[in-house]
This record gives sequence, structure tokens and C-alpha cells, in this order.
Amino acid sequence: MNIILVTTLVIAAIGIIVGAGLVATGKKFAVKVDEREVAVRSQLPGNNCGACGYAGCDALAAAIAKGDAPVNACPVGGNPVAKEIGRVMGINAEETERKVAFVACKGSCEVTKNQGNYIGIRDCRAAVMSGISVTDCSYGCLGFGSCVEVCPQEAIVVKDGVAIVNRNRCISCGLCVKTCPRGLISLVPVSKVVQVQCSNHDKGPAVKKICSAGCIGCTLCVKQCEFGAMTFGNNLAKVDSEKCTLCGKCAAKCPAKVITSGTGPV
Amino acid sequence: MKNTFRGGVHPEEKKKLSRDVPLRLFDPKGEMVFPLSQHIGKPAKAIVKKGDPVLVGQLIAEADGFVSANIHSSCSGTVKAVEMRRVLTGQMADCIVIDNDGQFTGKESWAARDDGGTLSNNDILQRIQDAGIVGLGGAGFPTHVKLKPKDPDAIRWVIANGAECEPYLTCNDQLMRSKGPEIVEALELVLRLFPNAEGVICIENNKPEAIKEMKKAVGDRARMKVKSMITKYPQGGERSLIEAIAGANYPASQLPADVGCIVCNVGTLYAIQRAVLYREPLFSQVFTLTGEAVSQPGNYIVRDGTSFAELVEAAGGLKNGTNAMVGGGLKTDAKAVKALVGGPMMGIAIGSLDVPIQKQNNGLTVLDFDPVEEAEGLMTSCLHCGRCSTVCPMGLTPQLMAEAAELNNLERYEKKLYGLECIQCGSCSFCCPAKRPLTQTFKKAKGEIMAKRQREGGNK
Repeated sequence: MNIILVTTLVIAAIGIIVGAGLVATGKKFAVKVDEREVAVRSQLPGNNCGACGYAGCDALAAAIAKGDAPVNACPVGGNPVAKEIGRVMGINAEETERKVAFVACKGSCEVTKNQGNYIGIRDCRAAVMSGISVTDCSYGCLGFGSCVEVCPQEAIVVKDGVAIVNRNRCISCGLCVKTCPRGLISLVPVSKVVQVQCSNHDKGPAVKKICSAGCIGCTLCVKQCEFGAMTFGNNLAKVDSEKCTLCGKCAAKCPAKVITSGTGPV
Repeated sequence: MKNTFRGGVHPEEKKKLSRDVPLRLFDPKGEMVFPLSQHIGKPAKAIVKKGDPVLVGQLIAEADGFVSANIHSSCSGTVKAVEMRRVLTGQMADCIVIDNDGQFTGKESWAARDDGGTLSNNDILQRIQDAGIVGLGGAGFPTHVKLKPKDPDAIRWVIANGAECEPYLTCNDQLMRSKGPEIVEALELVLRLFPNAEGVICIENNKPEAIKEMKKAVGDRARMKVKSMITKYPQGGERSLIEAIAGANYPASQLPADVGCIVCNVGTLYAIQRAVLYREPLFSQVFTLTGEAVSQPGNYIVRDGTSFAELVEAAGGLKNGTNAMVGGGLKTDAKAVKALVGGPMMGIAIGSLDVPIQKQNNGLTVLDFDPVEEAEGLMTSCLHCGRCSTVCPMGLTPQLMAEAAELNNLERYEKKLYGLECIQCGSCSFCCPAKRPLTQTFKKAKGEIMAKRQREGGNK
């Protein structure tokens, strides 16, 4: 009887001492978690795509909670997420427009000529390293789809030798922008549909020789624009999206049909 | 001295096509194009403008920074434009275009010889730098940078690279046969910069005439010898030579000077001799025009800026008729052929022959068949036979590297498999029974890692 009693007491005593020790260490070494960080993290989409420039959603949440990153830093979440995070942080999020990827090339197999016979790895990044041209245009889309490969949303397809973005699926993570070896892809605000869909900096006649859908540098668009949004430099027209009012006059006049307006395929 | 390196392959040499054709100076007629970036490092800055008259050997673009090189005109005439032109990578690049008057009036005659004995080490280096000499073996690393290591006393070997292991190419062979004494003189000059070094002239044993000539030129000089190397590709790679001569291996992050070696191509040495003793800048170099599709293969001394097309035409054109070069792999009437700048192992395929010859180019190989196309037809999945690992001169495991690169696992490619050590010699692709495009995969992966590094470095 005695033995049972002693054992119980000893074990109970050990339990109390260890328990007290655990409580003490737990208090002493407690890691302070910013509640806001957890709240912010729960609002982020969790793709871990890295488009914000941080290592992943956790890192961005920590940065936002610390105040290092703006509340609308997540390009994938867009406005709704920015609003929610703003509520958590007590900051009013500025309205930003959703952006989508835009491929500045229209050179499908039909309109461009290709005399080259590149043979090798079917990958744009490998193809540009060889001296053999895949397309005669040295600025245009190669059509091997390195952008398709990296897109997490399957928002890009290569059709007829040129990449086409599905604007509804695009989450503007910007991975394709980083991947394209010719730098054809950029992120543009979703409403700004008037864009120049060519990147060729060659002179007009040279462009015309190799592609029937390239900017020939006639500057008709610049003359058309009443708002000064069209500029021309380095043999290529350029739209200033800030000034553009989407009237579409430039697109209507363009002889090469290289400027997209709302109706055209983007 | 092991006299060779681990791994390597034995591709068909095909040197017979041009090996006994003596060097001949080729004077072009058309316009000459000088890209501003013909070397590793920062592009040079153009110092001439449209309408300026130029003479042979005149400085037309000046080195911008330490790791950069001067560019000199190789013809006389007037500057037509400074504009974007297509260069041999297929991209557009800044170039100086000179309208060649065909006279080749020299700025000086470069006949007066300086007494090398009175020159100080600094004079030698300065003259090499002024002459715009870059490594003529292919990489185009500015030579004055190479010859200024941190500790010149620690250099134990100065290796003159006359191995010329690349199949088809024979211009260095011819250079050694005809200019042996000049090369030896240049090696003596370089040895003066490195008091503790011994000079070794490495020549593969498939070039007995060159070995004989060089041995005769060296004579009984104390600090110099000619070494006959086993014929194996890539014996002429910088790291293969260092392994063979000094028995040293070093990672890609180091330079040969870190293991006590300086490696210079024999073509570079000849340019050094001209620059130091005659003050002649680098505007021409030896060049092999070869391949089954060329009517008259031969060795030339070409002027920089000459168009490949002009040289081919002057040499009798291509065998199967027309010279219509369009797009990639030249489509002629008869059949498609392939043009490679350099030899078939490491050369770059070019899409159009209408691009200028640059300083570091040493050959053009035009094939009457496209080996890549043939290989692609036969390609299967990797057999895991391990042959690529056996032949890799760097001791890498190409099959695993290719797997990692194809899955875009660049972290594993770089950190676990040491993929950046690859020298892109092409031995793995050459021996692969499954005909996998291994070297191209590695080229791409390395390019991506470098681009990523640059991006991240830029953000910091």
C-alpha cells in the first residue's frame, strides 16, 4: 500500500515540477507572432508564384505586416485582396487596375516569312542562342512556347507560331515577362486595349519584306492621335497608356493593322 | 606531366581537306563591318563618326574600362555609318561600317623592328593593350588582362596552345609551320613577365610538321620546350591543357592564373610578337575555310570585318552551285548545307553568311549535310548508359545534368551537379548513342542561371 502511495506522490511531484518548467520556458522563449501577419497571410491567394518579388506568400505577408511592402503588393489578388489586407492593416488600399500580359508580336506563320531551319531543342531560350534564325524577324515571337511552359494558369497558348494570352485567365504574375528571351511580353492594364503589337525596330521596307503584320513606321497613327498618346521612335510606334482614351482612331488608320483596338484579338 | 586529360573523344579529324594549303592573305573588296563587342567584357566605344577617313590599323573604337579591348580598322576608306548590323550570333549589334577603298593604305608600315631587349615589362603589356589583342582561341578574353595576374611570380607554366583539337580546322597548324620563330619570340616576351615560369608549346601529335618546325625554332633555349600531346578532343581546351601539363584542376570560378598557369593560343602569340616588336595592332588573324561543301578549302589570313560570304565566294564558292544564303542552314538549289563558325564540335551555326568575321573567329566549316537534323531523327530517350560521364573532360555527369535542366531544376543543376563547370565542348553529345542534344541543353541552362544571377544582382 505504502509503495503505491509513494510512487503516486513521486510521479505527481515530477509532473508538477516538469509542468512548471515547461510553463516557465514557454513564457521565456515565446516567439511573438504578429497577429496581423497571420491575418494578411490568410488573405493572400497562396500561389507562391513570386510575382510580388518576395519568396512566396508567407514572405510577402511578413513584409506587409512590417510595413515594408504596400498592401496592394500582390498582383495576383488584385483589388479585392488589397482591400481586405488594407482592412487588416488599417490602411485604405489605393485602387489599382488589374494587369494582363500582352505579347507585342503578331507574326504568325501566315504573315511572316521564315527561311531558317533551326533544328535543336524546341525552346525559345535555346533557340536564341544559336545563330540560326527561327523567324526572319529578329525581334518577333519564336513560337516555341517558353512562356506557355512557365505560365501557372495555362493562360498562354501558341497559335500559328505566335503566343496569345487569354486575358481572363491571366493573373499578371509576370513569369512569362521574365522568361521571353526576346522581351516581347509586358504587363498592361486590362482596360488599355489599344497597344502596338509589334516590336521590330528595323526600318519600314525591311519590316515589310519579312512580315506583313509589322510596324512599317508610316507614323499615320501619330498624326491621327488627338491626345498625344502616340509616339514614334526607333522605327516603332508606341502608345502612352496614360494619355490614351481608347478612341481607336489609330487602329483604324494603321495600314499594317498592327495596333489592337478593343475588338481585335489580343 | 600526364600528357593528357581524363575523358575525351576521338571525332573524325577531317583535317586533310585543308592542312597542306599554305596561309594566304585575303583582301576583301566590299564594305567592312566592325562589331563593337568582339571580346569578353564591356563593348568598346566608337571614336569615329560618319564620313571620317580611316587607314589600316587606325584605332576606330576605344576600350571602355579595363576588361575591354581596342578595335582597329583593317582597311582604308571612309566610315559609312555607326549603326546596328547583324552579327554572327544572329542578333543585331552596334557596328562601325567602313566603305573599303581597296587600297589598304597603312597608317604606318610596321616594318621597323624594335629591339625587344630594351623593353620593360610595362612596355610589353602596354603595347599588347594598345594593339587590342584578345584571346584568338575562341573566347576573346582581352590578353592584357590575362597577362596581369595578381602575383606574376606564382606563375609556373606559360602554355602556348597549338593543340588545335577541333576537327577540320588547320590554320594554327599552318601558322606554326610558317611562323615558328615569331611564335617562339613572342613566348620569350611573355616569359619575361613571369620570371618563374617555364614555356611549353603544346601540339597534338597529329601535326608532325608543326612539331618539327617549332622544335627547330625553339632550338636549345633554356626555359622553353615543345610538347607533343596525345591527339584527343578537347585537348586544346584551356582546362584540359592545364590538367595535362600542370596536373591541376580548378573550378570555373577560378582563372588559370590561380593554379599558376597562363594559356595563350599560338595565334595570340603571333599577334603579340607583331604588336610588341613592330607595334602593329591586331586587325587580322589566321582563319580556316573548310568543310565538304566548300570547293577549295584553305587557310587564310583574314582581315577583321570581312564578310564570310565574300571570303567563301572568293574561294570558289560552295560546291553545290549557288551562293544564295538565306535564313538558317543555307538552302541552296542542290541541298541544304550547314555553316558553322569554328569547327563542328564547338562552332556556332550561323543563319546567314553575310555577317562580319570577328577577331576571335578562326574558321568557317560548311557541311554538305546537317548532323543535327540527322541526330534529331534518331533521337530516343536516355539509355542511362553513362558514356557521357566517361568522356566528360570535366568529370561531370551529363545524363543527370540534362535531366535536371530539362525539368528546369536549376538549383540541382548548379549546386549538386556542378553544371556551371561544363565547358560546352560537345563530347557528351558526340558520343551519346541516344543522340540527345546534351550540350545545347547545358548551354541553355547555363544561360538561364547567368541571367538569373544578373537579375538578382541587379535587384540588390
